[in-house]
Amino acid sequence: MNSLDAGREQVIATYNFAYLDEQTKRMIRRAILKSIAVPGYQVPFASREMPMPYGWGTGGVQVTAAIIGPDDRLKVIDQGADDTTNAISIRKFFERTTGVETTTLTADASIIQTRHRIPETPLTAGQILVFQVPIPEPLRFLEPRETETRTMHALEEYGVMHVKLYEDIARHGHIATTYAYPVKVEGRYVTDPSPTPKFDNPKMHRNPALQLFGAGREMRIYAIPPWTEVVSLDFEDHPFEVQAFERPCALCGADDVFLDEVITDDRGGRMFVCSDTDHCNTRQAEGHAGEQEA
Amino acid sequence: MAETDFLSGGLADPVLAGQSAFRAIMQAMAEPGTVQAVADCPTPPSGLSRTMAAIATTLCDADTPIWLDVALANDPQVVKWLAFHTGAPVTADSGAAMFAFVSDPSSMPALDRFAQGTDTYPDRSTTLVLAVDAFDADQPLSLSGPGIESTRRFAFAPLPEAFIDQWSENRARFPRGVDLILAGPEAVACLPRSTRIKSGEH
Repeated sequence: MNSLDAGREQVIATYNFAYLDEQTKRMIRRAILKSIAVPGYQVPFASREMPMPYGWGTGGVQVTAAIIGPDDRLKVIDQGADDTTNAISIRKFFERTTGVETTTLTADASIIQTRHRIPETPLTAGQILVFQVPIPEPLRFLEPRETETRTMHALEEYGVMHVKLYEDIARHGHIATTYAYPVKVEGRYVTDPSPTPKFDNPKMHRNPALQLFGAGREMRIYAIPPWTEVVSLDFEDHPFEVQAFERPCALCGADDVFLDEVITDDRGGRMFVCSDTDHCNTRQAEGHAGEQEA
Repeated sequence: MAETDFLSGGLADPVLAGQSAFRAIMQAMAEPGTVQAVADCPTPPSGLSRTMAAIATTLCDADTPIWLDVALANDPQVVKWLAFHTGAPVTADSGAAMFAFVSDPSSMPALDRFAQGTDTYPDRSTTLVLAVDAFDADQPLSLSGPGIESTRRFAFAPLPEAFIDQWSENRARFPRGVDLILAGPEAVACLPRSTRIKSGEH
């Protein structure tokens, strides 16, 4: 008996493989197939209570549980980091309920569940990125009624979103939306990329990996298939642009990545480091160093 | 055939076999026109293909009304097998089915006879499962759209009648429309409604 079988033996005494019962998995799997067939459209699904609170990634966890198998290798990140509470809890949840191997290396993972980042290392064909989504409806803060937003999507009536971006420009002189920046998928549905920084929006465009989005509390699943056109909304005279950082990562010296600010003391000391811990560690192991390490 | 044969032929490990069959279907739906192997299929009565049976046990249950074409609906062993192994209710109304199983695509009803979904809920459409003999045929199709880097050559046989015209009408209804799962010998390929199809001759 290998360790995987031993792991299953232990968990199956109490729970089904990957925690969810088979009827729930079938229901989620049917929603996933429809979401792939209509890229960017939010498919309603009967979200279940999970052994963690809403807001902790129950949508992403249900999607991962419905697709994961014993041959998968799972990576879980929270704001780019493998070593924060949410990432560790979810990784341990799947270690206990499936016995699958886990990893922190982006390139080694077949499924990557993420909260609010897309890894810096480019994804490859066959990989699956599962997003945890709090508010899947990009129009929700502009129109609170679900019946209305659903009609707006049906009629492709997205003028109000452009007005919102225009008001940004009128008030701040530039588009001030920095995360959950709305995108249009395959020229049809305006879609919420989940609260990833807009820095990651260009990575969604024609990505060779399958991107699945799960919103547990809001009971929606949506998808961006590989190689799908994903365009960030903008204006001709105010084109979409990503954040730029003044300094490179203090640990690995990378200057083309998304950085987190880390407060280092109570006298205003701070440093900027990669939000993607795997990318940073890999670069440091390869001999790259930032100012902190030099 | 014995009276109780429909009770047998299920999956030895429905949890893991269902998972691997689903991943094959999901991969095929995400990359239209690729052929994905389904390793672990059930052993249904001879009227139903093994791959179709795998798709039925993976995706259908008491929540999903299914429609059967004439050959399947008239085969009592197939009907009993599907009832016992999936629990899915059979409907005679193609417009009310969540899944439709077609054993002979060349004589199937038009694609617009099935549920198309609505403008507000395009997901409420029928997923058609077609038994196909092979994924290589002398009528190649050229696919493009989501899941395809530029274009992909793809073929299957037998084709439904006037398939390319029917499919371009289906594509024109987007986001409404039906999705196809093609069940070949121990393998699946998919054509979601987002895919554009041209005849591959030119």
